[in-house]
Amino acid sequence: MDFYGYEPASRLLLGTSQYPSPAILADAVRASGADIVTVSLRREAARGGEGQDFWRLIRDLGVRVLPNTAGCHSVKEAVATAEMAREIFATPWIKLEVIGEADTLQPDVFGLVEAARILGAEGFQVFPYTTEDLVVAERLVEAGCRVLMPWGAPIGSGQGLNNPFGLRALRAHFPDIPLVVDAGLGLPSHAAAAMELGYDAILLNTAVAKAGNPVAMARGFAPRSKPGGSRATPGRCRRATWLRPPPRCWERPI
Amino acid sequence: MQVIVNGAPQEVAAATLAKTLVALGYADAIVATALNGEFVPARKRAATPVRDGDRIEILAPRQGG
Repeated sequence: MDFYGYEPASRLLLGTSQYPSPAILADAVRASGADIVTVSLRREAARGGEGQDFWRLIRDLGVRVLPNTAGCHSVKEAVATAEMAREIFATPWIKLEVIGEADTLQPDVFGLVEAARILGAEGFQVFPYTTEDLVVAERLVEAGCRVLMPWGAPIGSGQGLNNPFGLRALRAHFPDIPLVVDAGLGLPSHAAAAMELGYDAILLNTAVAKAGNPVAMARGFAPRSKPGGSRATPGRCRRATWLRPPPRCWERPI
Repeated sequence: MQVIVNGAPQEVAAATLAKTLVALGYADAIVATALNGEFVPARKRAATPVRDGDRIEILAPRQGG
């Protein structure tokens, strides 16, 4: 697996949102074995806002960061957010999200391709959050994407792989592109199903952060689980059909 | 003059984006900025004028999935 020249140590990428506390977030990252975590940008209050503390915590973990454009509903918002993220996180990586539908957070694949073209021309290394649509994937690869991140199910839904046939077809069409199931997983068995389809990696957030025991769930998802440690029951996250819309681009979390 | 900072109206007297950040208390913070929806790199803040009615975004690292 090769993410723009970087070979990840783990097949698990972990999001940093919605944990019960910063300490539990840090413990979950360590338990997961992930060496790449996703981060975001939000409006900061003056004089010592919470973003400064969060950034110290992430840097202390010694992991690579994959900034996202979460909450962006337009190409312009996504491009501006990516440019700000590159400056602040000092990385050309961007997890590109252009949201097209507020309830399911389905990507606006037309805007996604346009934004990927713009950012690719600006030297970004784009990780597009997309669907399993083969034609969209082809356009993203034409735009310079060398990683594709299709959803398994809507973000935060914990449903698992809703369209194994489509995901399998995507794998078959792009044998040389790293494929990461980006969203919708709820259980380690869902991760195993993605691996059985030949996927290179998975990206999780809600499944771990909203589990009854996030650290135990992170350990449960870790591809090379080590014996020992806690035997606490992880407790799966809520399996959701319809979701509460997350904050819009740049707005502070609800 | 009045500008919109992170979605809220603010009175500022500073002439540039760099001076506005200092005046608002962001002098030492790790932040990225946008003016009227366009990214402004840190190195250009001192040469970027701020005008009445401008929309300024001041963003920092935050949890994300």
